[in-house]
Amino acid sequence: MSFITVNRLWKEYGSTIVLENLNLEVEQGEFCTLVGASGCGKSTFLKMLLGQEGPTRGELALEGEEFPGEPDRNRGIVFQRYSVFPHLTVRQNVLMGLELEQKPFLGKLFGQARRQALEKVDAMIESVGLAHATDKWPHELSGGMQQRLAIAQSFIMRPRVLLLDEPFGALDPGIRGDMHELILKLWRETGTTIFMVTHDLQEGFYLGTRLLVFDKVRNDPQQPEAYGATITYDLPIGETNGQLYDSIESSVSKTARNLSA
Amino acid sequence: MRLINRHPGGAVALLLGLAPFLVLILIYGAASQQRLAENPNDKLLPGLEQMTSAVNRMAFQEDRRSGDYLMWQDTKASLQRLGIGMGIAASLALVVGLLNGILPLARAGLAPLVSTLSMIPPLAILPILFIVFGLGELSKVMLIVIGTAPIMMRDVAQRVRELPQEQLIKIQTLGANTWQVITRMALPQVLPRLIDAVRLSLGPAWLFLIAAEAIASEEGLGYRIFLVRRYLAMDVIIPYVIWITLLAIVIDQLLRLTNRRLFPWYNAGGH
Repeated sequence: MSFITVNRLWKEYGSTIVLENLNLEVEQGEFCTLVGASGCGKSTFLKMLLGQEGPTRGELALEGEEFPGEPDRNRGIVFQRYSVFPHLTVRQNVLMGLELEQKPFLGKLFGQARRQALEKVDAMIESVGLAHATDKWPHELSGGMQQRLAIAQSFIMRPRVLLLDEPFGALDPGIRGDMHELILKLWRETGTTIFMVTHDLQEGFYLGTRLLVFDKVRNDPQQPEAYGATITYDLPIGETNGQLYDSIESSVSKTARNLSA
Repeated sequence: MRLINRHPGGAVALLLGLAPFLVLILIYGAASQQRLAENPNDKLLPGLEQMTSAVNRMAFQEDRRSGDYLMWQDTKASLQRLGIGMGIAASLALVVGLLNGILPLARAGLAPLVSTLSMIPPLAILPILFIVFGLGELSKVMLIVIGTAPIMMRDVAQRVRELPQEQLIKIQTLGANTWQVITRMALPQVLPRLIDAVRLSLGPAWLFLIAAEAIASEEGLGYRIFLVRRYLAMDVIIPYVIWITLLAIVIDQLLRLTNRRLFPWYNAGGH
């Protein structure tokens, strides 16, 4: 039995079909990147993994058990924006998860327990490179630093699955490279299973262990919502070549043009 | 250069801001002087001299009958009613607004009621309040509460719902239960917004206070100006109105500073 099983999964909103007949098996510790045109159901799939949405038909299972219907501490998330709490400093943001876990009613730690938790927090902050900004407010941080904070906030909970929804989409190219190194480092250290949605095919091609391309195989120009997207390529990373890259690139851009037409 | 692109500098802006006040004072002064020249006992447009002597009488001399300093007594009574009323209204707004904003079940049950309540003209139910709660302090405080709480409840609920959905998901992935979502995410972020809502509601609150005092009371700023109206005592009314305005400005600014001091992240654009 694999870690995550997706079996003949369909997702529809009314008469709009978003995903059709999705089949996938993912082992623990894999780093999957999800690419595809906007509107091809990558984010919807991520929402289903998160528990924000349920499948219309088919099976979505974590170690054989159906996915819980709401977000929980086993599945972390980093969004493109708004992932951190503006009313808490960097340190308080990272501390939050530990506090919530240990104090169901107060939601705050004091004394010895707090000091112990802060040691973990400071180590986490150090490893994402925010040690110089421990007591700053999020609005004082740059976009890249805010994402580092969001990543630290999620990783300190040691989630079994980490979901990244275009986490670096709003960052400058140079910063993006640093963030790739950071996420790979944390992934190697923790062995968390990661799903990352990205717009950037290049990013998807070189980061992680496995590339999943979401695309529409069929397209009805009169009724674009009649057919959903599915996984058209499922490739191990490192065994891919330039020709394949070009062919995926042209197929994805064709779908994008169809959808926006 | 187009008019829309011309910005006044610091000194010019200050002068432009002061000018309307000066103009009003000058117009009043001229009109007052003219009337007083014709009839030194004129009561409609009292001059500075008459007003200062009235203030002196009301604020710094014991009242002959009661032995009280009337203006301070009025101020204390009014501020107390305003404070208690706004305190209760803000607390209600916080609790109901938070529940409405974050719990879909609470919203389904309460939001239509709150919306309807906020449409009732509060002064229309003042007679009911007098009948139910008597003519004492309670009915005046209740008018302020009923007049301001429903709108603040809606405002707080709206602010809670404006918090990014991403945050709500994020805190759940950190393991928060509903209580923790309210106390650690929604409450701390909505408090500065509640203070803003109170600042906006203070205008209506003064209106309800003065209306209630005018109709049935034995002390208070509103009571006093409606009492001396019978004697056309503009020399008391005008300073009282200026005093009420000053109090309103001071309270508003104190709340603004409190907000800045307590929530540095809020005012620096961290939301």
